[in-house]
Amino acid sequence: MSGLLKLKTAAELRQIYLRHEMFPTIFCDGCGLGNVLNYTLWALDELQLDLDRTVFVSGIGCSSRLSGYVNADGMHTTHGRALAFASGIKAAQPDLNVIVFTGDGDGSGIGGNHLLHTIRRNMDLTVILVNNFTYGMTGGQAAPTTPIDSFSTTTPYGNIEYPLDICALAQTLGAPYVARWMINQPYPPIKSIAQGIQKRGFALIEMLVPCPTAYGRRNGLKQLETIWQWYRDHTILIDDYEHIMHFGSPDERAALHDKIKIGIFQDCERESFEARWAALVEQVKL
Amino acid sequence: MSTHRDRLRQAMGDKVQFVQGDDACAYGAILAGCTFFAGYPITPATEVAERMAELLPKIGGCYIQMEDEIASMGAIVGASWTGVKTMTATSGPGFSLMQENLGYAIMTETPCVIVNVQRSGPSTGQPTLGAYGDMMQARWGTHGDHEIIMLCPASVQEAMELTIVAFNLAEAYRTPVLVFIDGELGHMRERLVIPEDDEFELVERTCATSREGYRPFAAGEDLVPPFAPFGAGFRTYVTGLTHNEAGLPRSASAPIHDQLVRRLADKILRNTDQIIRYEEFGAEQCEIAIIAYGITARACRDVVEEGRQRGLKVGLLRLITIWPFPDEVVAKWATRVQAILVPEMNLGQIVHPIREAVAGRCPVMLQSKIGGELHTPTEVIDALEELRCQVC
Repeated sequence: MSGLLKLKTAAELRQIYLRHEMFPTIFCDGCGLGNVLNYTLWALDELQLDLDRTVFVSGIGCSSRLSGYVNADGMHTTHGRALAFASGIKAAQPDLNVIVFTGDGDGSGIGGNHLLHTIRRNMDLTVILVNNFTYGMTGGQAAPTTPIDSFSTTTPYGNIEYPLDICALAQTLGAPYVARWMINQPYPPIKSIAQGIQKRGFALIEMLVPCPTAYGRRNGLKQLETIWQWYRDHTILIDDYEHIMHFGSPDERAALHDKIKIGIFQDCERESFEARWAALVEQVKL
Repeated sequence: MSTHRDRLRQAMGDKVQFVQGDDACAYGAILAGCTFFAGYPITPATEVAERMAELLPKIGGCYIQMEDEIASMGAIVGASWTGVKTMTATSGPGFSLMQENLGYAIMTETPCVIVNVQRSGPSTGQPTLGAYGDMMQARWGTHGDHEIIMLCPASVQEAMELTIVAFNLAEAYRTPVLVFIDGELGHMRERLVIPEDDEFELVERTCATSREGYRPFAAGEDLVPPFAPFGAGFRTYVTGLTHNEAGLPRSASAPIHDQLVRRLADKILRNTDQIIRYEEFGAEQCEIAIIAYGITARACRDVVEEGRQRGLKVGLLRLITIWPFPDEVVAKWATRVQAILVPEMNLGQIVHPIREAVAGRCPVMLQSKIGGELHTPTEVIDALEELRCQVC
């Protein structure tokens, strides 16, 4: 990643990549979505991706507003359905780069079935799934990702449901690229987003972002310092996790049970739907 | 060297065929230039998808089987924004699932065609039998104020022809267009003649020409904004939120919402003369009229001849365009006749806009039939006799 050494400044990126008339953003103070947008722009710049040939697709929710801030073709679709629209765009016009912004509720709750099948089909999409543990835009209701026992407006006595590990699901389904990062370190997510865009096939980058307004304040995580510390305390790099699981003491292993793994979980090759369809057409075309 | 149009014909095969209504919809799509189909299997519409899966790779198009009808509708809208003509096909339960993304297609002015091979509901109902129970869902199924275009063929040949028309209307007005048949017509085999290219018209969406100052949802006098496909450098933002002419969300603005939603309705309502199609039989010296559509209208054609032989001065108004509703045509008939019979394969749906258009000028009697059996000519004649006794 030598290119990262000559990263453009935020002001330069803004000038080149953003749709100025969309500003100011809808994001609250302390929200991590701005960071995700910033990292995405750095990745685009790193790859020198042609924005005229790139479409940003999203569903509904705070994270799904990201598609509108990038100065490219964008499609802000219906709740949970971004992957269906994105699949249509990519299947009809495989030359376009299609990048999807979605959230945990949008992408894995209401849109869970589309996630499953879009991965199975191995559509050549880059999906940046922003996980803030809650339905933020509607004011902080329990999501499929809300940690057990935590509070939301619809779990006022604590959440009794088990959260979904979206990356584990994607990995099991055979997605060629699966990574999860938190926002306190810019370089790994920038690198992953760039790798995801370059991957010919389905790439999922899950970003853990704080939502102080809707999630944090009900769970003692309203202060930015506290919430960022929570993420530091509750995440562990996949390599460290595996090392402890192999060589750690029973106590060390037990301490891993509430940790969220971060890192690159899968990076392999698998022929995409578009490539397989093109090969089929080559065979049967009149 | 063979042209693309030659290849379409080669893919479809013989010029004269003995095929189902579902096949005919697929052929119509291919002739109209459809190159993208997304769908999900459902009786009695599955054959449309099967035919498209067979034909599209032969002509270099794309068929994708989605995980459900929600995704199918999403995929055809997404694909349409790359500039291609797209279609999906379903039946009642699937059409229910498509409603939200159908509204998105209306709001974002996305040309696409949806075939609904209707079956009896509610719920799973009678999957293999025909019905016309989704006529009002087509009109009002998706939430919010809107207009929709819907065509109702009555034969296999017409299913193909009207599917071509549906694509033309979708392209001309940048809006989703519905082709509604039923399980009987969808599975019925009839003689089909594939027309030559000079025997039908093809319409393409008007595309934006200059990126300079382009505002993706700004329309001229025809109320239809020029289209800029994804990937052409126009950098369009498409949203289902209320948006201004630049495409930017303005969801808290009353005037912008009012202006947008009225334009979306008006681009259809101001062109009803281009959109509305119907057929008249025995309109002269007619005392009692039948107003029918879809497969029911076929039995009614026989009724006109048979009834006249029996001294009944009967005429038939066959509605082809159901939405936007042909109020004026129905009103004109109402001034000329003493009564109107409306046979429908539901508990009474299109009888309501008919009564609204008739506005009390004459009695309107519904002849409802559900359960999957068609109206027979004899039943319709009996109903006409009864109606005549009441009014004459």
